[in-house]
Amino acid sequence: MKRTLEWQIATVKALRVETVDVKTLTLALPDWTAHRPGQHYDVRLTAEDGYSSQRSYSVASEPERMGEIDITVERIGDGEVSPYLDDTVVVGDRFEVRGPIGGYFVWDKSIDGPLLLVAGGSGIVPLMAMLRHRAVAGISDPARLLYSSRTYEQIIYGPELEDLAKKNGLTVSYTLTRTQPAGWKGYARRIDDAMLKEVSAPLGRGALAYICGPTALVEVAADGLERVGLRAERIRTERFGPSGP
Amino acid sequence: MTAKDDDLVLDGNAAAGTLAEIYGDDMTTVLAECASCGKVDHVAGLVAYVHAPGIVLRCTACSTVMIRIVQTPKRTFVDVRGKRIPPPSTKT
Repeated sequence: MKRTLEWQIATVKALRVETVDVKTLTLALPDWTAHRPGQHYDVRLTAEDGYSSQRSYSVASEPERMGEIDITVERIGDGEVSPYLDDTVVVGDRFEVRGPIGGYFVWDKSIDGPLLLVAGGSGIVPLMAMLRHRAVAGISDPARLLYSSRTYEQIIYGPELEDLAKKNGLTVSYTLTRTQPAGWKGYARRIDDAMLKEVSAPLGRGALAYICGPTALVEVAADGLERVGLRAERIRTERFGPSGP
Repeated sequence: MTAKDDDLVLDGNAAAGTLAEIYGDDMTTVLAECASCGKVDHVAGLVAYVHAPGIVLRCTACSTVMIRIVQTPKRTFVDVRGKRIPPPSTKT
């Protein structure tokens, strides 16, 4: 029988600072079930007066980690949920979650062939679940990640991505759109067709692409990948944030 | 639209939980056709406004409101007037 989507009480098991605005929460789940990388959980916070607020957060961890998930939360200035998850929450706190949710923006080891991932800012989170799963499952089909951040300091999971890139045929390319450290060897501009062509070319036109980030980046990357030869039905997107350029 | 409103724009992936709650299964891989302009997208791809007390899913091409969902403590209202519903098949 199909599992119904029920709210359950997650307990915060660990906290890790990723960048100045980004934190990872490890949540222990009493009714854990393996997710497909790319899926998310809904988080519901309820105040004492009964007012509740709900947001979706992508799972960052691989499904092989039983009984718990990581969610990585970027602080949105005047948000109702992220300031709590980023600033106030402590180990042992409990709140409601339900998931895993979503069947569209998912990738797992059952899907063969070259994989192209394009991330903007905290859009890296669901893609990280795919890369962690790929590493744990020992998948060696070629994969490439193009990761756009404003600054070097805002790169999430930097050291781990460096480790992952040393094995299993993963290549990671960065672009820093606002400032670059001295001696920076990566890209230093917004994602454009020339960049997409360079990054995707070694994978061939049959690559399966997942793009996650702010709406403007997702649209540029999705349209650009079509222009450099990928098929539209092989490009999946998940967008958040500003829709303007 | 102000920059602040822009910040609240997501896509249909963010409505997946509520849709699954209503329909009992994942709806984001289903195709939906805009009743106004005919654009077809996966529900996952529709433009989503989820931060109001309710969810609004709009067409990516013409911004027509395709699906509206409002949940109250006692009931759920779903309005799909902006989504083309194919006429019943004449095949038997």
